[in-house]
Amino acid sequence: MTTEAGTVAPPARAHENEHRWVGFNTIVIREFSRIIRIWGQTLVPPGITATLYFLIFGSLIGPRIGDMGGYSYMQYIAPGLIMMSVITNSYGNVVSSFFGAKFGRHIEELLVSPLPNWLIVLGYVVGGVMRGILVGIVVTLIALLFTRLHVEHWFAVIGAVLLTAFVFSLGGFVNAVFARNFDQVSFIPTFILTPLTYLGGVFYSVSMLPDWAERLSHANPILYMVNAFRFGFLGHSDVSVAVAFTVMVAALVALFAFCVWLLDRGTGIRD
Amino acid sequence: MHALSLRQLSKTYKTGVHALKGIDLDVDAGDFFALLGPNGAGKTTAIGIVSSLVTKSAGKAYVFGRDIDTELEAAKACLGVVPQEINFNQFEKVSTILLNQAGFYGIRRGIARERVERWLKNLSLWDKRDAVSRTLSGGMKRRLMIARALIHEPRLLILDEPTAGVDIEIRRSMWEFLRRLNAEGTTIILTTHYLEEAESLCRNIAIIDEGRIIEQGRMATVLRTLQTEIFVINTREAMDGTPQLPGYSVRVTDEHTLEVEVSKEQNLNDIFAALTYRGIEVLSMRNKSNRLEELFMRLVEGRDADGTPTRAAAGE
Repeated sequence: MTTEAGTVAPPARAHENEHRWVGFNTIVIREFSRIIRIWGQTLVPPGITATLYFLIFGSLIGPRIGDMGGYSYMQYIAPGLIMMSVITNSYGNVVSSFFGAKFGRHIEELLVSPLPNWLIVLGYVVGGVMRGILVGIVVTLIALLFTRLHVEHWFAVIGAVLLTAFVFSLGGFVNAVFARNFDQVSFIPTFILTPLTYLGGVFYSVSMLPDWAERLSHANPILYMVNAFRFGFLGHSDVSVAVAFTVMVAALVALFAFCVWLLDRGTGIRD
Repeated sequence: MHALSLRQLSKTYKTGVHALKGIDLDVDAGDFFALLGPNGAGKTTAIGIVSSLVTKSAGKAYVFGRDIDTELEAAKACLGVVPQEINFNQFEKVSTILLNQAGFYGIRRGIARERVERWLKNLSLWDKRDAVSRTLSGGMKRRLMIARALIHEPRLLILDEPTAGVDIEIRRSMWEFLRRLNAEGTTIILTTHYLEEAESLCRNIAIIDEGRIIEQGRMATVLRTLQTEIFVINTREAMDGTPQLPGYSVRVTDEHTLEVEVSKEQNLNDIFAALTYRGIEVLSMRNKSNRLEELFMRLVEGRDADGTPTRAAAGE
């Protein structure tokens, strides 16, 4: 047996970034492998759900509703349905992966390592973003079976989907940090996330709502995300696109800082 | 150079439990050190603080001179921890667990693969490299955690009861492995309930109880503080009553067995002479308990290894 104990010095400053990059990559690759390994749980169900939405709301009910904002109902809801999948899957990936690591205690593998907490948060969040984007691609391909999607503003499409995936991955991280059991893992998605998503203009334009309901809808951050994304496809939005992107960036920065602070404090993990 | 230094380290949990009450501890580089204490004494809390799994309430901790408050990443890079409880992903393959852990320490895949092979072979787990970790036996899981802690080749290895629930053969092979590792330069801190293990492996010792260090020093020196030892003597013939051995405390446990308490100033020759004089033939003799166990029980609980109160504890 040969050991080289004592010969491995702590990482010098010059190699610190390289070490961090390797560590970050390891988390991301592990998360990606997990998504692919359990594809039956991660990629297939959103595809089936989206197919049903397109079939029922788009093909069966949609023609009876007629045009919305100058577009067929199917074209109108397609961006919303894609965004809904991105939101639920990026959130769900981080909450289940991080809570699973906490529950199985293998989060300790990361906590004892020299990786800084901000990089641990970023690794998990990028994992969530990857799943959100993968599922978004799956749902987009399904949407193309039902309708034609024209992209008006590529920047808005890519920017909105990435920012949304990041924001909800961070939201999933917060949920996982505070969750003490599996009930608390599903509480936020069921009682907060799903209602906000459905009321966030996925299936309708908020301009159709009574004044008070439209004003109330503007307190819903998902409204801004769905509309920024829809603007990218249709060039039409219920809210100011600039405000929408400002809301998303602000939410991303605030949530990231909050997640790192939680991990630094050891909330829900240490003690 | 100290591999580990603790200064007035304290921890009070939110529940109000005062797990550590300002402990001071120095472990020299290259040492094989035993940290002993009963359940709930604060050993795992101290290890948890050093490995940043527990947030300290007060005090300082240094790993090879690196302050965990200001140089946490550098301190962590020097440290490998084998926890008491299984804490790897039980759905991952053995080799994946080690490769990931190497990655968390910034070790590139090519080097990591070589190390995985080396440590798995060293710990007799190479055949299990593609097995899902939950299918391993208890002893294999323990060895996997040791391999994982060594994958970044730390200068300080802390093992929290590494041989708990492991059969004797594997325990002995793990002892040999740890001895070799220490001989090659790795500082090792060991907590264990097997006091024979600590006495056999470690050069220095600290005993912690109720959050305080109540004894520390060289193993041999600490053991010398034992004032008395109890010897169990088996006789060929059945004894008729308790034989009188002047100056010795004697107890007959059955007609063929007696226990004699021998102080540091006394010797065994006088016992044999006295027994021979009375026509009692000695068949065998042994220590009633491991010496460290005896010391541990006296310090921690104020009683003998078999639970009987010591003279000091009884107020004598």
